[in-house]
Amino acid sequence: MTAQGVSTETAESIGTKTAESIGTKTAEGIGTGTAEGIGTGTAGGIGTSPGRSDGPAKVTGSFVYSSDLAAEDMVWAVTLRSPYPSALIHSIDTTDAQKFPGVLDVITHADIPGRLLFGQMKVDQPVLAADRVRYHGEAVAVVAAVDLETARAAAELIRVDYDVREPVTDAARALDPECEWLHPDGNLVAHTRIRRGAASTGDLPAADVVVRGSYSLGMQDPSFLGIESGLAVPVAGGGVELHIATQWLHVDQEQVAACLGLPPDKVVLKHAGVGGAFGAREDLSLHVHACLLALRLNRPVKMVYTRTESFFGHVHRHPAVLHYEHGATSDGALVYVKADIVLDGGAYASSSPAIAGNAATHAVGPYAVPHVQVDSRAVYTNNPPAGAMRGFGTVQPCFAYESQMDRLATALGMDPVEIRLRNALEEGATLPTGQVLDSPAPVAELLETLRGLPLPPADPAAPEGVVRGVGYAACLKNIGFSEGFDDYSTARVRLEVAGDGAVLATVSSAAAEVGQGVLGVLRQIAVTELGVGRVEIRQEDSTFGTAGPTSASRQTYVTGGAVREACRQVREEVLDLVRQAGYEDPPAAWRLREDGVVDDAGRQAAGLADVLGTRVIEKTAEFHHRTTFPLDRETGQGNSAMQFGFAAHRAVVDVDLDLGLVRLIDLAIAQDVGKAINPSAIAGQLQGGTVQGAGLALLEEIELAGGQVLNPSFSGYLLPTMADIPPIRVEILERADPHAPYGLRGIGELPSISATAAVAGAVRAATGLDVTRVPIRPHHLTVGTRSAPRP
Amino acid sequence: MDITVTVNGKRHDCEDGPGESLLFLLRERLGLIGPKNACEQGECGSCSVWLDGLLVNSCLVLSAQADGCSVRTVEDLAAEVPERAPAAGAAGALHPVQQAFIDAGAVQCGFCTPGMVVTAVDLLARSPRPSAEDVRREMAGNICRCTGYQKIVDAVLLAAERMAAEPAAAGPSAAPAPAAPEVALP
Ligand code: FES
Ligand code: FES
Repeated sequence: MTAQGVSTETAESIGTKTAESIGTKTAEGIGTGTAEGIGTGTAGGIGTSPGRSDGPAKVTGSFVYSSDLAAEDMVWAVTLRSPYPSALIHSIDTTDAQKFPGVLDVITHADIPGRLLFGQMKVDQPVLAADRVRYHGEAVAVVAAVDLETARAAAELIRVDYDVREPVTDAARALDPECEWLHPDGNLVAHTRIRRGAASTGDLPAADVVVRGSYSLGMQDPSFLGIESGLAVPVAGGGVELHIATQWLHVDQEQVAACLGLPPDKVVLKHAGVGGAFGAREDLSLHVHACLLALRLNRPVKMVYTRTESFFGHVHRHPAVLHYEHGATSDGALVYVKADIVLDGGAYASSSPAIAGNAATHAVGPYAVPHVQVDSRAVYTNNPPAGAMRGFGTVQPCFAYESQMDRLATALGMDPVEIRLRNALEEGATLPTGQVLDSPAPVAELLETLRGLPLPPADPAAPEGVVRGVGYAACLKNIGFSEGFDDYSTARVRLEVAGDGAVLATVSSAAAEVGQGVLGVLRQIAVTELGVGRVEIRQEDSTFGTAGPTSASRQTYVTGGAVREACRQVREEVLDLVRQAGYEDPPAAWRLREDGVVDDAGRQAAGLADVLGTRVIEKTAEFHHRTTFPLDRETGQGNSAMQFGFAAHRAVVDVDLDLGLVRLIDLAIAQDVGKAINPSAIAGQLQGGTVQGAGLALLEEIELAGGQVLNPSFSGYLLPTMADIPPIRVEILERADPHAPYGLRGIGELPSISATAAVAGAVRAATGLDVTRVPIRPHHLTVGTRSAPRP
Repeated sequence: MDITVTVNGKRHDCEDGPGESLLFLLRERLGLIGPKNACEQGECGSCSVWLDGLLVNSCLVLSAQADGCSVRTVEDLAAEVPERAPAAGAAGALHPVQQAFIDAGAVQCGFCTPGMVVTAVDLLARSPRPSAEDVRREMAGNICRCTGYQKIVDAVLLAAERMAAEPAAAGPSAAPAPAAPEVALP
């Protein structure tokens, strides 16, 4: 426990579990928890894998996503976007569009009634471009019409007089003092420094072996399938309701109200069905446009982007260039790491400041390094904006530090797994920020688990020139918002006897369900805590207390924590009722189980429905995780994270040396989840994240030429298909975090982090090439000098 | 021009918007939200429906091309197996493929799911006991961004197993009319 790490959790939370009591488990059949008060097997409680309650609606096609919404008298709106990455706007003439039959309204920047800019970390992005555009695809005007085709046709009639400029598309050039400034404060969005050990005095010690490498990553797109869409509905009294697929209602609501110039209570945001998110629904897209038109027209306005437009309508993963130097002793112990990271943030800041921070704090990976010097910068360019995407600033350094570990292994003649084990973080270790890991950190165990899995048999029919390689990579990731942010959540639990005489629990929160299954997890927690079989989950709107975002792998932890806390308050009141009803004074150890109150010997002491009678018990709780602290600006020191998660991947590939084609043969992931709340859902997250990581390694890239997006479509931007992906093995470890509810760890992002590096490592092992860029293209493997494949 | 389409056994006479896709007709005119609009470029399979028994990407079919045709969508799969016990919590009886998607945990955000389900039903009609490799090859036209595919493959194999064990469960009409020759397995 670090000095500052004071938990707001009650100390009686879950004890640290010993390795023996849990063991490595595969996804299926994880046992119920053993800690106090939980998991004695109520069906559907935590540790089990009940099916999703939205499953039937989703498999039958009746689930309503944001693009499925409709309202009486609804009109359609479409966005006009800039064809140029950099241009001054002299004028925007909407006259012809306005006159087009069927057009109801056209809005430009001049029509924005409130704040002209949005942005959740830095308010720098125009709701609609005013005097200049800074990226290809920036929104300039919006047309509302009686139908979609009319709106599209009219948008083409808007005349924008652009003065096209030379775009700044190279992040390194953007940092050049000679370069033109794209924003008033210059082109540097954020710079995080870490100076630890000797690096804090400006020096790094000597090392027996030094390896250096430069790495780069292309621009990955989140490519959720459910495109940006929403329905804005005017309400009586001058307000508006927006039904939208989002990751955080409340932060959207604040921004929309500010831009509309309305008091906050006049703007209500409601969850609409979300078809995937992966970070790119953290920023506003059509929100203000649809609301403003709905208010002006006093009619419901629906907007649905096309897939091409979607590529312009959301943020991407930061492309990055990373220069690394690792120093180690001759027996492979890391002495120092020096890293210089430049993240291309594109035209607007979005989440770049936090992403630059994450890239810095995660720059050396899950390894113990005494001396660390990191500079991580996010930069404005005229490329499409980069922002939050699964992994949030840790994917880029993971590719680099794991490539460096492979390089070191080669330099030392060591096995790549051995060198990782030699340096693996463990509980009690100190991170580059000075934060001490005060919960299990089973990095070595994860790697050993993967190494112990059988390898796929060699393919006897493999044609000549096809070589196989195996690659390993490990990662850590902070869970929740870091650096002092109070990242809390609110939940309400209500317990009553329903009309049919059965006990009903209702759990309310504003948590966004983006497909990962948080609503099911909240139900499992209520079932476990209250012993009630019938639990209804309500997704509240922005007038309810915030649940914070569904991002940073935090929602199960934080909203799960709030639900648990509310359930415990409800339980206390039930036990009070038991006392008042004249039952023997119930000790604190009495529990609610199977719709009854159960004494410490497990006997039912009272039926819950009898105890409740006509009473309704309702409790609202907030969950605040333990305090985190900002990093020192000069040295990057501070207890910045509430929790870390750990994962590792093994990839097996076959590479055709003549064609430069890589085929994935086998993928395996091992991850510490702390406590598996829903093992099946976890396996699904781990497999899905792994494929996103593998996609970045081999296929996925938004191709840019002079700031122009060349492939904004699924025919140009290649996502892995079923035929590209081999079976994915999942190994789940449960090493409880004593500071977290149930000991759980956030899981969502980790599987997408080390997968990329493991695939790259496998290609490296197969070919003997350095593999310094992802996605790996065939010509990287076939053109130029190639060293001989490793024996 | 007006067009007539029979959708899930029900005849509709609709106005035809020029250049409108069958997907748009189904979703926006007939209110069938099961076929999904993920790309509208023929690349993801989310909009898969049967057109006269042939599996198509409805976003690539002009609504005019569907004139006089019979269309079957994901909405028509559930509750067609009356003898099958309704799934817990479900409104009606699910098709074995739908049930298997739930049981195998193959649904996350679910946006790909209707298209996946329809494609899987079509595959199993043509090839009742596919291997995992067959599934991966045959369903590669359907993109899922969430699941990593493993559980979808598991679901299709689970459905195949259940349908083989209990052929009646799939019902005589579970599969579309025998596919036109051009979609025969390679
Ligand atoms: S929406 Fe038709 S194939 Fe993607
Ligand atoms: S479950 Fe989200 S796209 Fe498949």
